[in-house]
Amino acid sequence: MDFYLGLAQIFGVHTLLGLSAYVVLLTGQVSMAQAGFYAIGAYTAGAMTAMFGLHILPAIVIAGLVSAAIACIVGFPALRVKGLMLVVATLAFGEMVRLFFFNLTWQVERNGDRVGPNGAEGFRSIRYFPENGWEVWHVTVFIWFVVVVVMGALWWMDRTRAGAVLRAVGHDETAAQSIGLNLTAVKVGAMTAGGFIAGLGGGIYAHTVTHIEHGVFGVLLATFAIAYPILGGLGSVFGTLIAVLFIQGFLIEGLRFMGEWRSLLFGALIVLAMNLRPHGLLGEHAPRLKNLFGAGPARPSDPLSTKEAK
Amino acid sequence: MLALDSLSKHFGGVRAVDGISLTLKEGEIFGLIGPNGSGKSTTINLITGLYTPTTGTVRLDGRDLTAMAQHERTAMGVARTFQNIRLFGNLTVAENLWVAQNGHEQRRAHFLGRWFRAGGEHSPEIGELLKFSRLHSKRDVQASALSFGEMRRLEMARALASRPRVLLLDEPAAGASREDGQILAERIRETRDRGVTVLLIEHMMELVMGISDRVAVLNFGRKIAEGSPAEVQANADVRAAYLGSKHKDEELIHA
Ligand SMILES: Nc1ncnc2c1ncn2[C@@H]1O[C@H](COP(=O)(O)OP(=O)(O)OP(=O)(O)O)[C@@H](O)[C@H]1O
Ligand SMILES: [Mg+2]
Repeated sequence: MDFYLGLAQIFGVHTLLGLSAYVVLLTGQVSMAQAGFYAIGAYTAGAMTAMFGLHILPAIVIAGLVSAAIACIVGFPALRVKGLMLVVATLAFGEMVRLFFFNLTWQVERNGDRVGPNGAEGFRSIRYFPENGWEVWHVTVFIWFVVVVVMGALWWMDRTRAGAVLRAVGHDETAAQSIGLNLTAVKVGAMTAGGFIAGLGGGIYAHTVTHIEHGVFGVLLATFAIAYPILGGLGSVFGTLIAVLFIQGFLIEGLRFMGEWRSLLFGALIVLAMNLRPHGLLGEHAPRLKNLFGAGPARPSDPLSTKEAK
Repeated sequence: MLALDSLSKHFGGVRAVDGISLTLKEGEIFGLIGPNGSGKSTTINLITGLYTPTTGTVRLDGRDLTAMAQHERTAMGVARTFQNIRLFGNLTVAENLWVAQNGHEQRRAHFLGRWFRAGGEHSPEIGELLKFSRLHSKRDVQASALSFGEMRRLEMARALASRPRVLLLDEPAAGASREDGQILAERIRETRDRGVTVLLIEHMMELVMGISDRVAVLNFGRKIAEGSPAEVQANADVRAAYLGSKHKDEELIHA
């Protein structure tokens, strides 16, 4: 049972990671920085509980805020580059964060032990859950509570004008500016929101594993982060959730017997999926809930139809 | 109200716009014509701020717009359409108008109230714009699924959704039939009657000459004539500029 609860925890934190990339991807930015924000959240939240004895809730909120602040700062220069250059720039930022934590040693004395990040050794004993008597299922419920809150907030945002604004910018920046949208505000705002969500996810992640080290937050994790919304499509937050279940549940867990070949399969699958379903597993439009609930004509799913005529 | 003063835009050696001065009067329809590549679209791009001018200034009611960002100019009341239609194909027709309302609301509403409100795509104002553009039956259709003519109409509606004071139309009748051109002319007049000043770029001579109060002609980035439609049609330089294309010359005469 604990095995499945643990799996559900992985799904939960990865969903947060994927949603952080989803918000940014809505504006057309392919960000490889999300694993970096996730790492910042993980170390920050770990420090808050293990080093300073905070409660888990304020700890992850602070983690989210710190990641958001850094994402906001990263958002401004990232505005200047697009497409492949943005991928490279954000990738470089992610590696920078990883190397920062690789080199960071900062420990304090607590209950006779030294706790805190210890360079390549990582940050051990982030033991808030066991110390406070949380059982595995408590933790799982807590994680999914946060996931549901974040998904709900993003789902609601999608129904407000902000959702349409993000999608408008993602579709055509020139047109978006011509109708009076401030591109800087929109893109940096999305990056900041994405940073907050990644920080939350990383903060929780640190507590589920109790030991974090820089190696986890590398390029592979950054690739997962962006693969979720790309594979799941930008139709709604549920695409990302389904992509997480598919990749983490089926590809990583279900095919465990295949060993390291899974990574190869992961790559091949992304390529295949993007060719067969360029707008994600659920498509770009079909799953927008208001269409499922309310009437309204179905949206065409022809992927070519959204490409503008140049 | 809208004044361009010796505006230039050079792309490397190409003088796309080369020292144009123009003044639009409040509430008029001003036609801007010229052969292909004469700098008409570039002029609009300079007015909206998509391009930064090499020299010269753009003023609206005496206020210098030249250093303003595009979204600030929209807030001041400048709106446009694109020659090569640029809709948000991933949004519905109504949502395309909804996001554009941000253009005028940024003048007053705080962004939290402006952006984090659900359901605004069904407001009466949007309903009216849809009716005006004969798109009310398509309100929940994805913009990319519209026909070419509907796309053009939606783009003009989207520009109007930001409640502009000056509307810049870049070849709104391109690809339209004569009948559609006439309906469009009617819409442009109505828009003007609601107090919007219109700058109209158009190759369909019948349309521009028919509804413009004044017309300016560009050739190689320079203004070669300006006046009433009749004056411009009679102008020898204008005829010479259009002589390259016999078809256009005939259009000019017969319009
Ligand atoms: N971004 C750009 N970079 C380089 N050259 C450009 C650019 N935009 C326009 N030009 C050039 O500037 C000149 C004027 O172009 P513009 O699009 O303004 O013409 P136009 O009058 O709108 O023509 P048309 O009737 O074909 O739309 C052309 O020679 C064009 O090639
Ligand atoms: Mg043009």
